[in-house]
Formats: sequence, C-alpha cells, structure tokens
Amino acid sequence: MLELAVGIFNGFSIGSVLLLAALGLAIVFGLMGVINLAHGELMMLGAYATFVVQNIFQGFGDGALNLYIFVALPVAFIVSAIAGLILERGVIRFLYGRPLETLLATWGISLILRQFVRSVNGVLVLGIVLFCLLFFGGLWFLSKRTDWERIRTAAISALLPLSLAISAVAGVLVSKTGVEVLTKPWFSARNVDVTPPAWLRGGFSVGIYQLPYSRIFIIVLTVLCLLGIYWFLNRSIWGLRIRAVTQNREMSACLGIPTDTVDALTFAIGSGLAGIAGCAITLLGSVGPNTGQNYIVDVFMVVVVGGVGNLFGTVIAALAIGIVTYLIGSGTLALMFSNSDALQPLTDFFTFFAATSMAKVMVFALIIAFLQVKPSGIFPQKGRTAEL
Amino acid sequence: MNAEVGNFAKRQQQKKQQIIELAIAIGLALVFAIVMPALLSAFRLKLLGRFVALSIVALGLDLIWGYTGLLSLGHGIFFALGGYALAMHLKLQLPEGQIPEFFTLYGVTELPWFWTPFYSFPLTIVAIFVIPAIVAGLLGYLVFRNRIKGVYFSILTQAALLVFFNFFNGQQKLINGTNGLKTDTETIFGVLVGSEGAQLAFYEISLLGLLLVYFLCRWLTTGRFGRLLVAIRDDETRVRFTGYDPTGYKVLVFAISGAIAGVAGALYTVQTGIITPSAMEVAFSIEMVIWVAVGGRATLIGAIIGTLLVRLGQTFLSEQFPEVWLFFQGALFLLVVTVLPNGIFGWARDWGIPKLRSLLGLQEQLITYPALEQDPEIQQEREELER
Repeated sequence: MLELAVGIFNGFSIGSVLLLAALGLAIVFGLMGVINLAHGELMMLGAYATFVVQNIFQGFGDGALNLYIFVALPVAFIVSAIAGLILERGVIRFLYGRPLETLLATWGISLILRQFVRSVNGVLVLGIVLFCLLFFGGLWFLSKRTDWERIRTAAISALLPLSLAISAVAGVLVSKTGVEVLTKPWFSARNVDVTPPAWLRGGFSVGIYQLPYSRIFIIVLTVLCLLGIYWFLNRSIWGLRIRAVTQNREMSACLGIPTDTVDALTFAIGSGLAGIAGCAITLLGSVGPNTGQNYIVDVFMVVVVGGVGNLFGTVIAALAIGIVTYLIGSGTLALMFSNSDALQPLTDFFTFFAATSMAKVMVFALIIAFLQVKPSGIFPQKGRTAEL
Repeated sequence: MNAEVGNFAKRQQQKKQQIIELAIAIGLALVFAIVMPALLSAFRLKLLGRFVALSIVALGLDLIWGYTGLLSLGHGIFFALGGYALAMHLKLQLPEGQIPEFFTLYGVTELPWFWTPFYSFPLTIVAIFVIPAIVAGLLGYLVFRNRIKGVYFSILTQAALLVFFNFFNGQQKLINGTNGLKTDTETIFGVLVGSEGAQLAFYEISLLGLLLVYFLCRWLTTGRFGRLLVAIRDDETRVRFTGYDPTGYKVLVFAISGAIAGVAGALYTVQTGIITPSAMEVAFSIEMVIWVAVGGRATLIGAIIGTLLVRLGQTFLSEQFPEVWLFFQGALFLLVVTVLPNGIFGWARDWGIPKLRSLLGLQEQLITYPALEQDPEIQQEREELER
C-alpha cells in the first residue's frame, strides 16, 4: 500500500506541474476560445528567466543563491507576461473569432521563440530595438499628419521593408566588426542547467522512499497560484469583468466593460502563469529551447478534459491525468496485480504499458473514452446554444 | 422549353470546360514527366519527386480543412502508416524462412503476426490506403459523434499524433523503433529501390498519383457531396437543422483524406529511402497545414502550388542559411494567417488578376453593379450553384 501512496504522491506532483501550466491556458482558452500553441514557449521563457536570475545571484555568494528562487518567480512571471502581452497586442488581437488561424499563428510564434533563444545575441537584440524604434517611431510620427487615415496602408507598407532593411544592414555591419560581446550567443543551443537552492535538494524520507523537497515545493507553489487566481477571478473587480466577458462578450461590451483591455490583461496573466510554471520545471531537470514542446500536448489534454466552465475542472483533470500517467507508466499498477495468478492477463496488460511513452498511449485512449461520455469536459460551459 | 435548351447549352459548355481542364492538367503532368527528368540531375529529380508526393498529402489536407473546415494536426499518422506499410513489404523481400535482420538485434526470432499480410504485394497496395483510412475513420467517428469540433478536434488529432509517435518510437521489437525501416537497400520486383531507374519510376508514379488524387478531389468537391462539405464548414448547425447528419460525411471525408495521406506517405518513403517515427513529429504535421495555407485553402491547385513553393524555399534557405529557416517558417505562418488568409492562389483570383485586367484595360462591360458582377466570391458561388 505504501507503494501506491508514494505513486499517488508522485502522480500528484506531476499533475501539479501540469496544473500550473494548464491554469493560464485554461483561463485564456475559456475567455477567448484561443488556442495558444506558444504557451509551452512562454514556459520556456520563464525557465530561461530563472536561469538568468540564478546566474546573477551566483555573483552575490552562497547566502544569496539560496534565495534566488523567490526573485526568479516574479521575474519569470513578468517576463512571460510581457511576452504574452506583446503576442496578444501584436498578433492575436487581429484574429479573434478565427480560432484555427490563431492556432497556426501561435505555432509560428512558438517556432520563432524557439529559434530566438538559440540564436539570441547582442546583434539580434540591437537589430530588433532599432527596428522597433524606426518602425513604431515612424508610425507615430506619421500619425500626427491630418491625412493619416488615407495614407495608413501606404505608410505601413513603405515603413516596414525600409526599417527591416536598415536594421538588417546595421546588424550585418555590427557583426562584421566582430566584437565578441555582441556576437556571442547568450545561451548555448544545448540545454541549460539550473541548480535548485540547497534547501530544496534532498527529500523527506518515508520508509524506503523519498519525497523530494523540490516536488513538495512545486505542490505548494501550485496551491498558492491556484488560491491567488481563485481570489483574483472571484473577488477582484477585474476578475469579475473577466468572468463577465467569458460568459457573454457582446453583453459585457454593452454594459461598458472594456473587452479589449480584459483580453490583454487575461492573456498577460495566463502567460505569466506559464512563466511561473517554467520557473517550477527548472527544479525538475535541465531546460532547453524545446522544453515547452514536452509539456504542451499534455497541458492541452488537461484543458480538453477539464472543460472551460470552471477552474475546478482543470484541477481535477490535471491531477487525474498526472496520477494515472504515473501509476501506469511506473508500473505500479502492474506490480499491484502481480500478486494473484487470476489477474495474470491484467498484469501483462499493464506491464505492456509500463513506460512513460506507452503510458501516454493508454492515457489518450482513456481521454477519448471519457469524451464519449462528457464531450465538453468535466465542467462544460453552460448556455442555451444548440452547439455543444 | 426554353429553359431546357438553356440548360443543355450550359451543360455543353461545362463539359467543354471540364475537357479543357483535363487537357491542361494532363498536359502539365506530361511536361513534368518528360521534361524534368531530362533537365534535372538524379538528386534534384528525387527531391522533386518527394515534393510531388508531399503535394498529394496537401491535397488530402485541403479536402478536409479547406472544404470541410476540419483542421487536422495529425496527418503525419496516416502519412507514416502508408509509408510503414510499403516499407514493411520491401523489408520482406527475403529468401524463405528469413526475417528482416534488425529483428535479430532485439532477439526476436519469429515474425510478429501483423507482418505476414505484407508478404503479398497486392495486399500491401490495398493496405497503403485502407489502414490509414480505417484509423482516420475510427478516430473521426469517436470524435465527431460527440460533435467535438473546431480547435478541440485539432488538439485531439495532435494528441493522437503524439501517441502514435510514442508508440512507434517505443516498439523496437515490433517495427524497429526510432531507427525506422530503411528501404533504399531493398529490392522491389528484383530492382534495387535506391537505383536510378527505380527512382525515376517512382517519380513518374508520384506524378500519376498526384493527377489521380487531384481528379478525385475535384470530383468530390464539385458535386452535391462537395456542396455539403462546404455547408458543414460554413454552418454545421444549420446543416443539422436541414435534416442532414454531418457526422457520417465528416467521418467519410476524414477517412478519404487519411487514405490520400497514406498513398503520399508510401510514395515519399521510397523516394527518401527510409521511414522513421520522425514522420509523425508534431512540427511536420503542422508544416503540411502551412503548405495548404500558403497556396490557398479550398483551392486544389493552391495546395499543390503551396507545397512546391514552400518546399523549394525550404530546400534553398536551409541549404544556404540553416539558422534562418525557423525564423522564416514562423514568419510565414504569421504572414499567411494575417495578410494572406486566402493564400497565393486565392489572392491572385480575388485581387491580383482583376487588378491586372483593369490595369490593362481589359475590363468587361458591366450591366449591373460591380459588387454583383465583379466580386470573385459571388462569381464563384454563382458558378457553383449553376452546376
């Protein structure tokens, strides 16, 4: 029985990582019907932000290093939230009501972000800053003109290639000078390792098993985030507005809720939560440009199973998927049935699926079976439309 | 009486148009079949053959995304299944009693049961499209019967893709896991698959396949069936209220699309010389979608053009600057979605050609309003209604 309890604990901790990542996605998906395939990359940004914070703290000595995680969490939140805000204002805003297109656009962004962390260096950042200055500065300057509405399209189509070309040429020229500081990539293409603070290493022993402190920390963090989000959505004025827009966008707009601001705010918060999740996964292993991809599909499954009507659905779905995946994948179930001969076929069956990758096969089959009973998840959004 | 005469004339005209279209398509295919092998080196020809095979899967994707509005992010499954079916047949071209050598690495002495049908060539050919069609049909049925649609469907297909990827990756003892099945060194009808002659034959077969699949899709999308597909895309609830059950149609079209992907996968496999689970990577399946999007959704020609263009661009760019390619691909996704929602072909049809015409002064005389007589969308709808 102890095995089962430890198995459930481990599954619980996997589920809590999933939940942390899925919280942001569920809010965004529930509010805007937008599938954000770049969510994994926002987690990755959070993880890299943690890495940078840790490296800075390393300069302050060991005492400070132990506390870096408390600075890294808000930093990761802010970095990812800003990235999400730019994403929403820059791209997704134009694609509301076209969820499939949004999906493709966010995939494009996720590709760009993945390559960005691989090849980011001083020159690239300079080029981007220069481009933004030229392009948006030019737009701002031109928008002062009285015939702005008329020349708008022409102005954009002239400014865009012009500022792109100038910043590209500037970038090439700067990289030709060969200053090491500017041309060296900030992160290597390989994975980076974040060392957890000393007090998170080791674990709490139960019999022959050990419950790692880092896992416990993640569970506590998830609970705190969940409480925070619950409080925000149900007790604050902006939470009220978010819930209103989720239920009925047109009616909310009629009643004077600035739906644009609500969208941007929600997206930023959802992305920020992804950043926190990214910070949390640095405690579990090394992170790299493709880290986000390992989580994204599982996280989507959580949202699909949980339904968009209620955060509670996401919680149940995440924990259920985490626990089932772990129990099947680690072979705990196979072990449990191995005692009696009568259950031999069952043991064989579970042994076949006793690997992390094979457990996913099983979990997917279970999810499809579940959707036959509840097609819109555990807690579907209630309404009177003919559609499900 | 008059109406009948009019109908007859109209039908005659339509028939004429169809014959012209057929002639153009076959002519183009002939040009590609005869001229390209003479012009290109063997390596480039093989590359072109692969692109042709990929444009077949793009056609299948266009059928379900462009016409039916189902965005599948899991077409890699069907593509890989077709590829594996043919590769398994090629692997079995062995003397009596032997099994493919990779099995010995994992200590397997007996051929797994599901390999046996692939001894026979006709069965393999059937399996190439029947297996993907069955898998697609089953997945489609389980999803569509619950009226799960839109992004939920896309996400579920993506998850299914990941599941298949994990499964094929993990099963060394059944299908050689990550290493995949190599076909280059095997023989087909006594000819080495990797040899130049065989590759040329595969190139020609791919072209023929593309032509056939094109006409299949054309036939499917023009008649009543095609109109129903478009209706499902535009307003499924209304289709339901009119007394149709969309589920069956969606399952059918998804299965057909899966079968097409299977054929493409088989042709692609013999031209690359290997099939591995990497054909089921998430990125590859989304890439297929972008080919269709670049060319133009709901235009069959667009799917082919898009595939050829994007793949050509990818070959060129990743040969020259491998780092830029991902940036470029990401930008392509953004650009197509925001600026060119109808793709290149759609843009040319709706804006480019009319604009060119007006610049050249070749505009037709209008009797009513430009909105009625010149809007390409209305024209297209009118043509479709008259069929």
